[in-house]
Amino acid sequence: MTLDGSPSRRVGEVVEANSASFTAQCYTLYDAPPLGCIVRAGSAEIYGVVCRVATEPLDSSRPVLARGESAETEEEVFRDNPQLTRLLTSRFEALIAGHREGDADRHYLPALPPPVHSFVYTCSPQEVARFTSRLDLLRLLLNSGLAIADEVLGACLRGAAVAHDDSEAFLLRAGKALAAELAGDLPRLNSILKKVSP
Amino acid sequence: MTGGPNQNGDIPSPAADADMDSQGAALGLVVDGSLSQGVEVRLDPATSVEEVKVGAFVTIKGDNNNFFGVVTDVSLGTTDPRLKHTPPQVDNPFIAQVMSGTVAYGTISVLPNLIMPAVMGDSHEGPSAAKTIPPHFSRAYVASQRDVEAVFGQEDQRHFWIGSPLDMEHKLCIDLDEMVKRSIGVFGKSGTGKTFLTRLLLIGILQQGQASSLIFDMHSEYGWGAADPENRRFAKGLKQLFPAQVSTFTLDEESSKRRQSPSDEVVRIGYGEIEPEDVEMLRETLNLSEVAASAAFNLQQKFGQREWMSKFLAMEGRDSIFELANDIQVQPNALGSLYNRLSRLKRFDFLVESTRHDAANRVIEHLDQGRHVVLEFGKYGRDLTAYMLVSNLLTRRIHNKYIDRKEEAEGGQGREPRPLVIVIEEAHKFLSPSVASHTIFGTIARELRKYNVTLMVIDQRPSGIDSEVMSQVGTRLTCLLDNERDIEAVLEGTPGSRQLRTVLARLEPKQQALIFGHALPMPVVIHTREYGSTDSYEQLSRSAAGWTAPSPGETIETQGERLEREISELFPEDG
Repeated sequence: MTLDGSPSRRVGEVVEANSASFTAQCYTLYDAPPLGCIVRAGSAEIYGVVCRVATEPLDSSRPVLARGESAETEEEVFRDNPQLTRLLTSRFEALIAGHREGDADRHYLPALPPPVHSFVYTCSPQEVARFTSRLDLLRLLLNSGLAIADEVLGACLRGAAVAHDDSEAFLLRAGKALAAELAGDLPRLNSILKKVSP
Repeated sequence: MTGGPNQNGDIPSPAADADMDSQGAALGLVVDGSLSQGVEVRLDPATSVEEVKVGAFVTIKGDNNNFFGVVTDVSLGTTDPRLKHTPPQVDNPFIAQVMSGTVAYGTISVLPNLIMPAVMGDSHEGPSAAKTIPPHFSRAYVASQRDVEAVFGQEDQRHFWIGSPLDMEHKLCIDLDEMVKRSIGVFGKSGTGKTFLTRLLLIGILQQGQASSLIFDMHSEYGWGAADPENRRFAKGLKQLFPAQVSTFTLDEESSKRRQSPSDEVVRIGYGEIEPEDVEMLRETLNLSEVAASAAFNLQQKFGQREWMSKFLAMEGRDSIFELANDIQVQPNALGSLYNRLSRLKRFDFLVESTRHDAANRVIEHLDQGRHVVLEFGKYGRDLTAYMLVSNLLTRRIHNKYIDRKEEAEGGQGREPRPLVIVIEEAHKFLSPSVASHTIFGTIARELRKYNVTLMVIDQRPSGIDSEVMSQVGTRLTCLLDNERDIEAVLEGTPGSRQLRTVLARLEPKQQALIFGHALPMPVVIHTREYGSTDSYEQLSRSAAGWTAPSPGETIETQGERLEREISELFPEDG
């Protein structure tokens, strides 16, 4: 899924996976799905929420150097160093939020993470609306221990709202569910709500 | 967190599980509670606390039973105590909408009084007192008309429409049969509508036709009606509405004439009818010492039952009284003050040396004919001494006759006397702890309906009434009271009195009353039925039309007698 609601497409391949999350490498540099996006991995149809997007050197032992001192524009840097696109890669990490079993969405972790080299797709708006008709993923994200969990959650809800016919009603429902989760932590609730407020 | 949205944030839809025909609007979920304290209902986010009022009826659907209760408190709750210190950004409508009903929510306390019959509308199985409470997460609804009818009954011969529950259009009825079985109390500060409420109750008793009433009408407002300054009109009395069924007696013929109130009889009382007990009761109003009051007993011994008063008052001069004091061994000063105080009674025109007119007998004759008697005091209503003297004296004699007749009936020699409700005002004067033990009203209140006589006490200072007497008052109707002690006295011995206290203190000063006791299955706050408009008179007379007055001389059978007659008609004895 992208925030503009475009159809599903393949964006990369799983390169690392564990029970709670998987990392995928993009086929094209800078073509990672945005933060909070819901993606689907492999034939096992495992859903995840993008929680980290990174562009880094392919070989971690060779750090990237600044090369544009004499260039006028940023594009010029790439034009002058065409090898750069081959040395860099975009990767993204997704927190596993559920999977599909037969015809049903399961909003809990699958028995096994997606195999490495599973293809990763963005989801169509219909798929997002279907998967977020239940909001168990809120709890998963809140308890992920990520430093930016609240940001991911906010982005995810904003993105999912677009996929729903009545996005305001969806946000209100999600807000109330969040309030139930964060009943004892009002400041955190308040800050997330501000992020998703339409 | 309990209640409210579930794990998924889905708010259970009220319409989904509510059959709207038989159920009122959904309120929320039971989340806490106990039988003694009542249950706590967490309101649905869609229900504002402002929509729920103390005293409103609520039905709660438990797993196997439907509970019927009353709202006793409304409160605001929050899941996070920090909310108070750092309120959320409620100027953002989205945040405000999310917060209300989730983190910040309303709760109501409901006292589940009754368990409703399993099959609604089954008249044989009425609601029973709740001995348990609904489980967690039972849904609570505003009570519907059907629920209210199932609990309080529909208007009929036995059930009298007294008003409507708060914020509801339904007719709320009280069970008259149960009401007249025990004493009744009508309380409230002055000007809160005690008189109107009493008029309605009396009309109810009159329509039901199982009991007669004798009203000691202190301010002459029940017989022929009185001005209603609030609505700038004239509120009709019983005699105007039901001339065939009501007799008015008067102590002050001139006042009755001036008010163009036709009176059937003028009451005269002979000195001979006054007994030392009457003097004892008047001790406080006449400002007599105990010794002086008890001297009356010595006088009675000396001069005899019927003559002591007239002979004593006929005496002249200090010396003769002192002489008499020595003779009957009473302190001379005490006897002197008794003489002075009793001499005051001479100014009452209704007191005469001797009369052949026996007021008590005349009253009983009217009562036997199934009529209701209003005794108007006219100008004497302003004199507490006259009011207490006459009502105590007549009641004692009527009560004695009732005892005789009841005992005769038990011995199979006569018919039972018709149940009688005696109405007295300023009841705390008759029933205060110091005099309740020796006035006839104390006796009547205590012995209940053993002799078919019960009391209706009207008072604004219930705390002045002896608690032993108060505990025997079966049905209590109370308008606004704000004195702590009065509230306590009225609610004493009532289950759930702590919760009712909140309700009672919040009554409106007009046309609202809290009713509880035998005539109702549970305490209820009502908006009193209208009394005073042309429409209201028509409604009241119309519902009375079902019961026709018997012709004079004809006596009326009681319910028990009717039953017996019907049995003997159905199963005539063979041979």
